[in-house]
Amino acid sequence: MLTLTGLSKRYDTGDLALSDITLEVPAGQVMALIGPSGAGKSTLIRCVNRLVEPSAGSVVLDGLDITKVRGGKLRQARRQIGMIFQNYALVERLSVMENVLSGRLAYVGFWRSFFRQFPSPDIKQALNLLERVGLETMFDKRGDALSGGQKQRVGIARALMQNPKLLLVDEPTASLDPKTSRQIMRLICELCREQQLAAVINIHDVVLAQQFVDRVVGLRAGRLVFDGPPSALTPETLTDIYGEEDWSVPENEGENDSENTNAAVPLDLAKPIGQGGHP
Amino acid sequence: MPLIKRGDEPVWKKREPLKQYAHWAGWMLGGMLFVWCWALISENTIWEFLYDADEQAASLIGRMIPPDWSITGSLMRPLWDTINIATVGTALGILIAFPLAFLAARNTSPHPALRAFALAVIVSSRSINALIWAMLLVTIVGPGIFAGMLAIALRSIGFVGKLLYEAIEEIHPTPVEALSATGAGRTQVLAYAVWPQIMPAFAGISVYRWDINIREATTLGLVGAGGIGLQMNAAINNLAWAQVATVFVLIFATVVASEWVSAKVRHAVL
Amino acid sequence: MSASAPASGADSKRLAQLRDGIWKPLPLIRDARWRWALNASVLLYIVLAWLSVDINWARVAQGMDRGLAFMASFLQPDFITRGGEIFTGLKESLTMTLASTVIGVLLAIPVGLGAARNISPLPVYLFCRSIIALSRTFQEIIIAILFVAMFGFGPLAGVVTLAFATIGFMAKLLAEDIEDTQREPLEAIRATGASWLQWVNYAVQPQVMPRLIGLSLYRLDINFRESAVIGIVGAGGIGATLNTSINRYDYDTSAAILLLIIVIVLMSEYLSGYVRKWTQ
Ligand SMILES: Nc1ncnc2c1ncn2[C@@H]1O[C@H](COP(=O)(O)OP(=O)(O)OP(=O)(O)O)[C@@H](O)[C@H]1O
Ligand SMILES: [Mg+2]
Repeated sequence: MLTLTGLSKRYDTGDLALSDITLEVPAGQVMALIGPSGAGKSTLIRCVNRLVEPSAGSVVLDGLDITKVRGGKLRQARRQIGMIFQNYALVERLSVMENVLSGRLAYVGFWRSFFRQFPSPDIKQALNLLERVGLETMFDKRGDALSGGQKQRVGIARALMQNPKLLLVDEPTASLDPKTSRQIMRLICELCREQQLAAVINIHDVVLAQQFVDRVVGLRAGRLVFDGPPSALTPETLTDIYGEEDWSVPENEGENDSENTNAAVPLDLAKPIGQGGHP
Repeated sequence: MPLIKRGDEPVWKKREPLKQYAHWAGWMLGGMLFVWCWALISENTIWEFLYDADEQAASLIGRMIPPDWSITGSLMRPLWDTINIATVGTALGILIAFPLAFLAARNTSPHPALRAFALAVIVSSRSINALIWAMLLVTIVGPGIFAGMLAIALRSIGFVGKLLYEAIEEIHPTPVEALSATGAGRTQVLAYAVWPQIMPAFAGISVYRWDINIREATTLGLVGAGGIGLQMNAAINNLAWAQVATVFVLIFATVVASEWVSAKVRHAVL
Repeated sequence: MSASAPASGADSKRLAQLRDGIWKPLPLIRDARWRWALNASVLLYIVLAWLSVDINWARVAQGMDRGLAFMASFLQPDFITRGGEIFTGLKESLTMTLASTVIGVLLAIPVGLGAARNISPLPVYLFCRSIIALSRTFQEIIIAILFVAMFGFGPLAGVVTLAFATIGFMAKLLAEDIEDTQREPLEAIRATGASWLQWVNYAVQPQVMPRLIGLSLYRLDINFRESAVIGIVGAGGIGATLNTSINRYDYDTSAAILLLIIVIVLMSEYLSGYVRKWTQ
């Protein structure tokens, strides 16, 4: 469904953030994109909806090359792609309802949206989504009156309001506590399965990713260095992606998260990767 | 930036000696410039006038007290005009400044050429006082409060435009990105992501300018652009200082009232 | 996370409407009566204000030629014919600006200290605040009229006017700044047994100095613009020349003067940007 071919990005500053990425994401697949800071994960997903202009290569969504379109065509392509941000990117002074409904902007005309005259199916859908994310009583609250986890739920509802085919998710849990992170991750993946959405999820927490996704892609310095099922991640592959590090679990620190037992690889990487003790 | 006094304290010499000298030289230069300015001014001043300045002041104040309250009634209409000049002028100015600010802000400007044009309009409007605009407009549209309103509007464009475009440049970019990513159009992004973020600043700036405009509108009558300044000018020309004092008291009261109103509004919006 | 607070009557009504697909954003003013009262009074004001303006359209139409002539003269400003007057006027304006800003800022410092509630006793506070109120209420031009009456025509009246206006402006902002300073350093220095002046020098000054410099530069800019105005009432500077040229419909000269003012304001803004960066 989504096909990236030879995708490269060189920023004006000269940084080569992506080089020659070729990748295919079939419909309904939830994919995690992992890699060290600066590997180009954000750049990659921003190239997909052209928040960042790719320097070379193509991004084809359902037969349409997004890199070739502009104006109204680009907006039509964008409305099929939902995006969820690390820092939620809500408009804080608008109410929860307005934030969720803003996911429909590409479907309604300017004046209708300006006077807040959304069609009533949209409003019902917004309410359904708010119920699904557990915020139906908060619809009149202002964005800045919510907690981080609640804001992220609104962000998810806004993305799903677009009725997208594809979700782009940039570190959805990086600003949240461990428990909320799990809840948010679970919510996103459940929603994707329910609605048969494909998703590309940038994430630093490898263990969390392993539990929820179908496929993991590793990026290092703008290059694809790993692509496989979560179970295929081994200390060697992690070293390929993140660099040299002792990935084993110290005896005294193991088993502090019982849900961890179904993870395919015996790792405990709850701490940020790369900051563990040196061998 | 510490003052030079600190240089006297040996324990505390922050700067290296050379820099310290440069620093002193800077202050010296500044001082000399000031003295030169002063010399120029005193050259053009007839100091003889000053010998009786205190008497002049005393007699001026003496003639102002008590104010001539009998003209208060006849000042009400000019006062109303003054308030209208300020309010309508501010509204007109804001109407023009609002789109201009979006053209001038780096992050919302559709084209660099338009941005340059908007910035030029803003700086021209801002550099020139309402009173000068009023002088010009009186020769163009004739004396009266219409000229006053236009003058206030022309001056407000630059003020509101500048502060507003700075506010636009300071918004968080992520909501803008997020809404662009939903496929929303340019104007929708402006209405949903930019406007809510600048709304409080916009209200604050508008009320602030209105407050200033009330003061400015009291003087426009001096050049014939309507309002209470007309009566003030007439009284001054007739050396009727008791009447001038009444006008002053009324201006003072109006300004205090307008400050109260603007404080209320600002409080309500924020 | 959900349904933490029991929904009140109004909320549950809105929720029920939502289920039917009806939604309107909450109005800015909750109380409908206040909302209507406000709308009505705005409407009323617009009508009243409209009635009070009597535009003489015939006169406006007549003036259009002059308006066009004025705009055209910006394309061919005449710096030469009255070059001498423009030069002396500008020189005088600039000297007045500098002198009045220096004097005004120096005097504003004690007034500002006195007007900060957290460091001054009540009588001093009230006295300084009334100076500020007086200076801020009246436009420079009105003050200039009074000072011209006292000191006679010439730049001295202008300098005194601008300095007086500077005091009100700077002292108010300075006082607010001082009132916003952090308490801890103030108390720490006081605890060392420093005298009042030492205390101000060591605890207050470092906290407010950068902004004081920024504001002084800003005021320099304002004073220059004002110096172009107060000449109208005889307080020196470029204003007199400008006034004459406008009254004579000599728009080419007016345009030249206005352009010079714009350029100088632009330059001073550019410069003050640099100075601000440099002092921080
Ligand atoms: N706007 C930009 N301008 C110039 N260079 C950029 C820009 N954004 C990112 N880069 C560079 O591109 C490279 C990839 O950045 P990117 O943000 O995609 O990394 P990332 O994998 O998302 O990192 P993180 O995990 O920290 O979010 C980095 O070297 C970064 O410095
Ligand atoms: Mg990133």
